[in-house]
Amino acid sequence: MSQAKPLGGTIFTPFFIAMMVVFAIGMYFLGVRFMNGIGAVANINGGYPWGIWVVYDVVIGTALACGGYALAITIYLFNKGQYHPLMRAALLASLLGYALGGVGAFIDMGRYWQFYHLMMPKHMNFNSVMLEVGLCVATYILVLIIEFAPAFLERIGAKGLLKALDKVLFLFIAIGILLPTMHQSSLGSFLVAMGYKISPLWQSLYMQPVLALLTALCMGFSIVIFEASMSKAAFDLDDETHLLSKIGKIIVGLLTAYLVVRFGEIIVHGKFGLIFTSGKNSVLFILETALFVIPLVILTSEKKRNNPSTLLWAAVSMLFAGSLYRFNAFLLTYNPGPGYSYFPSVGEIMVTLGIIAFEVMTYIVLVKTLPVLHKPKHA
Amino acid sequence: MMDRRSFLKTATLGTAAACVSTVAEARPNLEPSPEAVGMLYDSTLCVGCKACVSACKETNSMDPVIHGGNFQYDSAMDLSSDTLNVIKVYSNGTAEVKDSETDGFAFEKRSCMHCVDPGCVSVCPVTAMRKDPLTGIVTHHADACIGCRTCMGGCPYNVPQFEYDEAFGRIQKCQMCNQEGVERISKGGMTACAEVCPTGATLFGPRTQLLEEAKRRMTLKEGDTYNYPRGDISKPDSYHEKDLEANYHNHVWGEKEAGGTNVMHISAIPFDKLGMPPLEDRSYASMSETLQHTLYKGMALPAVALAGLTYMVKRNKDKDGEE
Ligand code: SF4
Ligand code: SF4
Ligand code: SF4
Repeated sequence: MSQAKPLGGTIFTPFFIAMMVVFAIGMYFLGVRFMNGIGAVANINGGYPWGIWVVYDVVIGTALACGGYALAITIYLFNKGQYHPLMRAALLASLLGYALGGVGAFIDMGRYWQFYHLMMPKHMNFNSVMLEVGLCVATYILVLIIEFAPAFLERIGAKGLLKALDKVLFLFIAIGILLPTMHQSSLGSFLVAMGYKISPLWQSLYMQPVLALLTALCMGFSIVIFEASMSKAAFDLDDETHLLSKIGKIIVGLLTAYLVVRFGEIIVHGKFGLIFTSGKNSVLFILETALFVIPLVILTSEKKRNNPSTLLWAAVSMLFAGSLYRFNAFLLTYNPGPGYSYFPSVGEIMVTLGIIAFEVMTYIVLVKTLPVLHKPKHA
Repeated sequence: MMDRRSFLKTATLGTAAACVSTVAEARPNLEPSPEAVGMLYDSTLCVGCKACVSACKETNSMDPVIHGGNFQYDSAMDLSSDTLNVIKVYSNGTAEVKDSETDGFAFEKRSCMHCVDPGCVSVCPVTAMRKDPLTGIVTHHADACIGCRTCMGGCPYNVPQFEYDEAFGRIQKCQMCNQEGVERISKGGMTACAEVCPTGATLFGPRTQLLEEAKRRMTLKEGDTYNYPRGDISKPDSYHEKDLEANYHNHVWGEKEAGGTNVMHISAIPFDKLGMPPLEDRSYASMSETLQHTLYKGMALPAVALAGLTYMVKRNKDKDGEE
């Protein structure tokens, strides 16, 4: 049994109420979307079929939800049991992030009432990256629910069930490592089929899966640092910096690998000059690269890594880097040809913010009522 | 130190595996079906009357798009969920001379190209885009479609269009007048746009014959007289003689681009000026499928990975003895 405890305390804090307001506004626009069609809310069009509902909610949202995945690799593949105290919170955040990514995909689906066709063999197209991502993400959400179930079972005191689940949990943990490896890399493969519409600085016909996976892992580890730091501040928990700084070290390795592949690809394909000659895209590329390099510089220094505040800054920069990388590739430099442009509408942004607000509210309610976080010893 | 080194190792191994296997198993472009049907659009013959736009709407039961006070003609500017076929205008400088790149103008038809190796078919998760193995016609099946719009991103020509303004919208695209309920080609007929074209600028027929015809026209010179067929090239309704006013630009669009298309274009002006996308010979579908199948060939790689993962997780979990 874990040492995690429900935090207790009031749920309806002013912050929580503010989140409820954001959520309500988002729901209003969502209602309009279902009554009058996607076009009544979102600015997507004939040239830009995917807006922020896909690119933020699904492509970026699930990468930000890779904390559970990243920690599972560390704990179970590299046998670092000392990270256990961080696991439940990371799993919960992953579950919420993925579940809401699923919701985002659903509301964006033009013919959502037929979504189950994805699961019917007679409809499946095995050449399609979208099929793999859809199925993989859906299965992973179920796996995350099972992985998080012990927290709930402990709360209701279902000891027998808890024991039985513990016997088979290893299998779900293994699947829970395989699935994100598959779909997080495939989110990069999407770009290949879009061909010339993806700017050359972000297009790579073979390296997309590797780039997507490495950045997803970096984002996963960074979100663990971010969440732990935030929870510590918000709920006055024990200091976990000794664990978090080690995670910082892992990020250094992954980030180095990423930058080598990223720039290697650009140089090998003779695209280096484009970094400086692509106008708006050059600015975005340099900004993106800077955001990747900042955490590398901070985390390489042992002293900065052990300082909670610089460590947090590194994690935040990494999260922005990975998100901007995805925004750049899928939207900001996406070019379907003359005559098309896209900028999200207020309603579109509010729906996404509403989803995020829901995620935050659920997280708060669950950590206060279920054994997720480690309560301070001095309390 | 241990974590970083092992992570780097894993990352490098994964990268190497991805590269090596990808190169080994490339899926080539699909080949045109010998019996494929298509169209040849000759921009130099087009007079911009838009008879094809109206005929297309009528055949597909779609409303005209009206701009400003112009109620005479359909004035759709681009493809949309109400417009499967559109005539666009290139113009430069004074726009006085037809088919001249400088100070001239030219027409360009936009409709589904019926790709030989279609991106839309490759990316659709639920097989709602289908290519007929014989005729090569690419049809859409809304009863299967989930509306994810991946086909729109995967089409190099931005052809599939979603009905964003409907609560229960669908994808629309040209299906070469052969969707269920219309089936002009299956019934032995030709496309509506080719049938009504007064000059034979839009010509229907077998891809092989159309390609021969296109190449024949490439050999003509300004001033030559040529007898242009109208309708279906395998059984033309009529011919008309015309003197060439401009040299053809020596390029049959769709012979090779991204694996080729069954709807081909020729013109006197380079195609990038007419808004055609920057495509190379290899289809994106073939590249994406090569990548996907290398990684997931018969799910063997994931299965092996899962076995290894399960073993390691079990071992490390037992050793841990908690949670
Ligand atoms: S032009 Fe686009 S919609 Fe038409 S077959 Fe090719 S990929 Fe599909
Ligand atoms: S929108 Fe429909 S046809 Fe297009 S890819 Fe998605 S499911 Fe297939
Ligand atoms: S083939 Fe039929 S559907 Fe396609 S553009 Fe011509 S008339 Fe329209």
